[in-house]
This record gives sequence, C-alpha cells and structure tokens, in this order.
Amino acid sequence: MSDITIPTSEHADDHSHDHPAWLAHHFDDAEQQFDSGKLGMWLFLVTEVLFFSGMFVAYALFRSLHPEVFVYASQFLNAKLGAINTGVLLFSSLTMAWAVRAAQLSQQKILVSMLAMTLSCAAMFLGVKAVEYTHKWDLGLLPAGMYITQGVAEPNHGNWLQILCIPAAVFAVIFAGWYLFALVGRNRFQLQIAGPLLVASLCFFAGVQLGVFLESGESHGDAHGSGHGATHGDHHEGAGDHAAHAIIVDHMVATSIPGQAFPSEVFVDPKRVGIDEPEINQRGRAGIFFGIYYMMTGIHAVHILGGMGVITWLIVKAARHEFHSKYFGPVDNVGLYWHLVDFIWIFLFPLLYLIR
Amino acid sequence: MAHTSVDASAQIDSHGGGHGHGDGEFAHPASLTMLFSVFFTLLALTILTVWQSTLDIGAAEIWVTMGIATVKAGLVILFFMHLLWDKPLNAIVFLSSIIFVALFLGFTLMDAQGYHSTIEIKDTLEASLPPAPADLPVVPSMPTT
Repeated sequence: MSDITIPTSEHADDHSHDHPAWLAHHFDDAEQQFDSGKLGMWLFLVTEVLFFSGMFVAYALFRSLHPEVFVYASQFLNAKLGAINTGVLLFSSLTMAWAVRAAQLSQQKILVSMLAMTLSCAAMFLGVKAVEYTHKWDLGLLPAGMYITQGVAEPNHGNWLQILCIPAAVFAVIFAGWYLFALVGRNRFQLQIAGPLLVASLCFFAGVQLGVFLESGESHGDAHGSGHGATHGDHHEGAGDHAAHAIIVDHMVATSIPGQAFPSEVFVDPKRVGIDEPEINQRGRAGIFFGIYYMMTGIHAVHILGGMGVITWLIVKAARHEFHSKYFGPVDNVGLYWHLVDFIWIFLFPLLYLIR
Repeated sequence: MAHTSVDASAQIDSHGGGHGHGDGEFAHPASLTMLFSVFFTLLALTILTVWQSTLDIGAAEIWVTMGIATVKAGLVILFFMHLLWDKPLNAIVFLSSIIFVALFLGFTLMDAQGYHSTIEIKDTLEASLPPAPADLPVVPSMPTT
C-alpha cells in the first residue's frame, strides 16, 4: 500500500520522534498498536456482556418463577416492529463490517458512506423504538409501580411520540443548516460530516413513520392474523365505545374456554386478556415484566445512542482521511462494539417479543 | 514520508508474528461475498425464528428460539466481528465472559428451582388460609377418634 504514506506525511514531519502521527510512540509498530487496542476493546466487550448478563439473569429468574406472566405480557409487544428492528440492526452490522473493510483497504469514500448508513440505521432503529415505547406509555404498560391494569381504564393518549421527536427535529434542523452552510461554502470536509448527520436525523423520522404504519396497520384488525404481531392491537384510538361492549362479550367468550386463554386462531384483544388474567394483570406481575422490558431494551437503546456518538466521531476522522490500511483500529473497535449491540439484540428480540 | 513504511516493515520483521503478509500488512479485509452471505443468513434465521414463534411447540420453544439466536450470535461474532481470524487471546477473553454468563444464569436458575417447590407450597397455603377465619367457629366440633 503506497497510499498510506500520503496522510501521514504532513504530521510526521513536525514530530521530533521517528514515528508517524497515527502511531503512538509507546508502540513498536502499527500492528502492535492495533492488537493492543483490539485486546482492550475485547476486554471492554467482556464487561459489557457481564453488565447485560445481570439483566438476563433477572429475566431468567422472573421467567422461571412466573412463566405465565411472560406469555401474557409479550402479547403487548409487537413482533412485527421487533422483527423490522432486528433487520435494521443486522443491516447496520453489515454496513459497519463493510466500513471496517473499507478502512482496511483505504477506501475513504466507501468508508464515509458505510459509516453514514450505519448511523442512519441506528437512527431508524430508535425511531421504531420510539413508536413502540410511546404506544406502551399510552396504554399504561409501564414498569412495576406505574403499571396500569389493562382493560380497566381507557388508554390515555399522550403526545409522547411528538415529544420524543423534538430532539431529533432539532438535530435535523441544525444539521440541515450546517449542510447548507457547507454547501454554500463548498467545504467538502464539512459536507462529508453534515451530510451523514442530516440523513441520519431524517432516518429517525423514517423509522417513526415505519413504526406508526406497522402499529396502526394492525389496529384495523386482521382477525385471523398469525403470530403475536396480530394479537397486538385493537386498542388504538377509535376503539373506544365499541371496546366496552367488546370487552364484555369477549370476556364471556374467553371464560367459556378455560385453560385456553390465547386461542391462536382468534384475534386476541389484550384488554380481554387483561380481564382474563387478574392475577397477572397487575403491578407485581406484568408490571415487573415491563420493568425488565424497559430496563433491557432501554439500556440497549442507550448503547445505540452511544454507538451513534462514536460513529459520528469516526465520520469526522474518516472525513479527515485519518484511516488507512495501517491505521484502522478505531473503525474496527467501534465495529466490534456495534456488533456487540447487535449481538445483545439478537437475544433480546426472541426473549421479549416471541414468547408463546 | 517514506520512512513510515520502512519503519513499519522493518519492525514487523523483528516482531515476527505476522500473518504471512510479510510486508507489514496486518489487515484482513473481509470479502464482500462473505459479509453479504452472513447478512442474508442472519435475515433468513430471523424470519425462521419469527415463523417458528407462530407454531405451538410447547416447552421446547425456549430452546429452539435460543438455539437460533445462538447460531445468529455465533455468525455475528465469528464473521462480522472477525473472531475467526482474530488472535486466539481475544477469542479466549470473549469466551471467558460467555462462561461467566452461563455460570450466573445456571446458578441463579438452580437456586430458583431449588426453592420453587417451597414457594408453591407457600402460595397454596396462603391461598387456602384467608377463608379459614370464617370456618373458625366450626373448629370446636373436632372429630374424636
């Protein structure tokens, strides 16, 4: 690789030591630096796995003691949204792995665009997640102490989704302004940063649209839909007056088939389920499930946010042409982190959404 | 300008632990074919796990879903995270964390199962206790043997 000397030349000269700027002086060579960094990253990932394992232990403990709570509560999770988000995250892992490849091959343009796609997928994931969360907040599906018994009160539709969209909108406006500014000033460096950030902040809204579409598409009631996705939803707005009658009728239907609370071929209204299962539909049972759900997915989402931060940092460095075939450690290590976040989600998705 | 690559290759030689590249190249760019085939396998497995959740396979479900998830996680670790080509030390470090997770989960579940029967007895006792006071007046008529 002859091109690797180009980015280092201007930095290397103003150093008194005999090493390029990208090679810290306490390392013998580029490979040693890379290996040390990577070992450190793996050690960090170990702490991450152990950190998450605490929550998985809580999950396993509560599920082993009250398996019926998980069957009940996962009815409220939309498997379609979870599956879409799994796909988005897997795709972002692909683009991240491609970004590492591009960094190793000194392909700067591909590197920036792959990082941009990873960032956009992350934003889209959070957009879908925002729809999922706010929908549950509306229904009162909240952690233990705040859990509202289902089927008792009408859903309280707040404007949480709009509130969650505010920060993304602020970012989108700032990045759009920055992008235009850089466009007018013909600053290619700033364009390479502002562009991905603008696209990513818009992708959050794409995720919100996708989530709203999938969530509302269900409330029109595909009565014979299979899977948990279809069991999720007649509780959207407009269900109001009919719901009250439906609950009573449904209740009678449901109690007539004891022991079979969730007949797979019949559309299951969570409200009816709620009345069916007074033992479970309460703070100390379903509420604890949602405590576990919010903790696990919430900490995971925080990791997504953190990942977006470091990917942005990588985009800035990539726009400065800092990465090449001998110095790509940061891209590789952030990639490892990003894949770990995907790794965690691969377990979270079936454990939370696909319980039958 | 030129000294960087000279340095690097000279030191790689003394280092001696190369991967057979010889010229100081230690990067292993993953082939796009490999990345895409892993991605599509992961997607297929996701569809498989969603589909199998519509089947009623009872208690085996958790093992099937966890089996598929483990295969997916393995693909991510081995190929996307490149552990297959990584230094063995990194693999050992990471696997050690998995061992500890298994220990945490295993011991917790063993413990939970250990007193599960006790909890069930307590639950049934508590469920049967509340009506008892109402029946108290009946107590004097104890059966005599």
